[in-house]
Amino acid sequence: MVDLKHGAAIVGIHEHVTRYAPDKSELQIQGESVIKALADAGLTKKDVEGLFTASSSIRNSGMNLADYLNMYPKYVDNTTVGGGSFEFHLSHALTAIVAGRINCAVITYSSLARSGGVSVGTGGVARFGHPRLDPSPDSFEELYGLTTVGLYAMIAQRHMHLYGTTSEQLAEIAVAIRKHASMNPEAMFRDPITVEAVVNARVISSPLHLLDCCLISDGGGALVVASPELARNCRQRPVWVLGVGEALAHQGAGQRDLIYIAAKQSHEPAFAMAGVTHQDIDMAMIYDSFTITVLETLEDLGFCKKGEGGDFVSGGRLQVGGELPINTDGGGLSSNHPGMRGIFLLLEATRQLRHQFEGTPRQVENCQVALCHGTGGALGSRHSGGTVILGRD
Amino acid sequence: MAEWNKPLPTVSGETKPYWDSCRQGQLVIQKCDSCGEYQFYPRGICANCWSNDIKWHKASGKGTVWTFTVTYQNRTPGFAEDVPYVLALVELEEGVRMFTNIVECEPRDVKIGMGVEVTFVRANDQISIPYFKPAA
Repeated sequence: MVDLKHGAAIVGIHEHVTRYAPDKSELQIQGESVIKALADAGLTKKDVEGLFTASSSIRNSGMNLADYLNMYPKYVDNTTVGGGSFEFHLSHALTAIVAGRINCAVITYSSLARSGGVSVGTGGVARFGHPRLDPSPDSFEELYGLTTVGLYAMIAQRHMHLYGTTSEQLAEIAVAIRKHASMNPEAMFRDPITVEAVVNARVISSPLHLLDCCLISDGGGALVVASPELARNCRQRPVWVLGVGEALAHQGAGQRDLIYIAAKQSHEPAFAMAGVTHQDIDMAMIYDSFTITVLETLEDLGFCKKGEGGDFVSGGRLQVGGELPINTDGGGLSSNHPGMRGIFLLLEATRQLRHQFEGTPRQVENCQVALCHGTGGALGSRHSGGTVILGRD
Repeated sequence: MAEWNKPLPTVSGETKPYWDSCRQGQLVIQKCDSCGEYQFYPRGICANCWSNDIKWHKASGKGTVWTFTVTYQNRTPGFAEDVPYVLALVELEEGVRMFTNIVECEPRDVKIGMGVEVTFVRANDQISIPYFKPAA
């Protein structure tokens, strides 16, 4: 395979600060984000050759976005695999850039889930407004009242059964991420919480409590990806793409053991491409739709053995200053979750690798290598896993 | 009988034998004559070896709870008024797993590994839906 390491860099980012924007359109949030991400990079509209976007609400999202922005990209990718879509986009942009098809791409996302009143996790069939069930797989699933949180909860239940994992251990994840949110002025929920508060919150879908679940917000963002040559001439220090890996997981015709998630498949190619080990990872951005998502992902990425995630996430290991700080922006559990949160993982990892928070408690000390893992879909049925390893120049 | 207010399955050519059989109170699953693998949900090809040699077989209707969750929140009409209900993955004796609800017992009594058996609830003249209840 062609060597992709250092084949492209993130050169511009913007996270839309809004968490509630009933007066804006989704395309407007994307447009504003793209403009500011390009300004961050020191690039302009005419530099952009590739357009990458995913949406659960905008049909033909790439075409509509190109229309809105009056752009004529020569490379378009609408890969939509749930919340982790943007890790897939970065992987694809890297490949397109190394192949010489394009020199510069923007990846963008927005959603108005909160102002639109979307029950991302608990809507059941109603969450998508389906008029009828598709013959397969919906007709064998949705007629039993599946919810997104329920599909994650079933994996949490099995994890507890097999390995003795406790609600208190899952709560440690929510507590660490809330602590990080307290350092992010843009985060929706910033008041510190305790393990007791998490396990005493009402149960949404057993064994997951309210504070085991991500919040629902509006929001969006964009990043600019550039070839090495272009990256060297941008305003910001490049953040290099070192390794990528993509995977899907599903019921496997009723036979796959879904206690093992897509991260099991996606991390090995990413680590091999990057030529780094787990010890080299200074911080990680782990998709946190639910606390169990984080625990399962850390295990299947190989940060600890299967079944040992409960111990691994305890004792402050995941907090800044710990062995593996995660989700230093407050994550989907406390900062923002408009429905497909994967883009924010890349944005915060880039900020950390730029040392943007130097001199504040949010900065991971001497951050050189960061890992992002986006999960989309639902752990208990179909889901995606996109692993991205990024490095400071 | 009260009108069924939960979502109903859509019957297609490849799933019609399943729903026809459910209407008669028999759970059926597919097995491939080429590779010998069972599969669920039903489909028009063998998902394992991609052959067309799939046959319908009567399932024993017995299995165990592989995992479950007690659902306290769902906005979908038909389920919103049913909470708390048990959503589960049941592993059939034949080895494949299917989504279902565990019925005819208290949610707090459901455990992973407990034996369950199929029971059908008539939704309308065409459709009966397979659920699972604690094994006798």
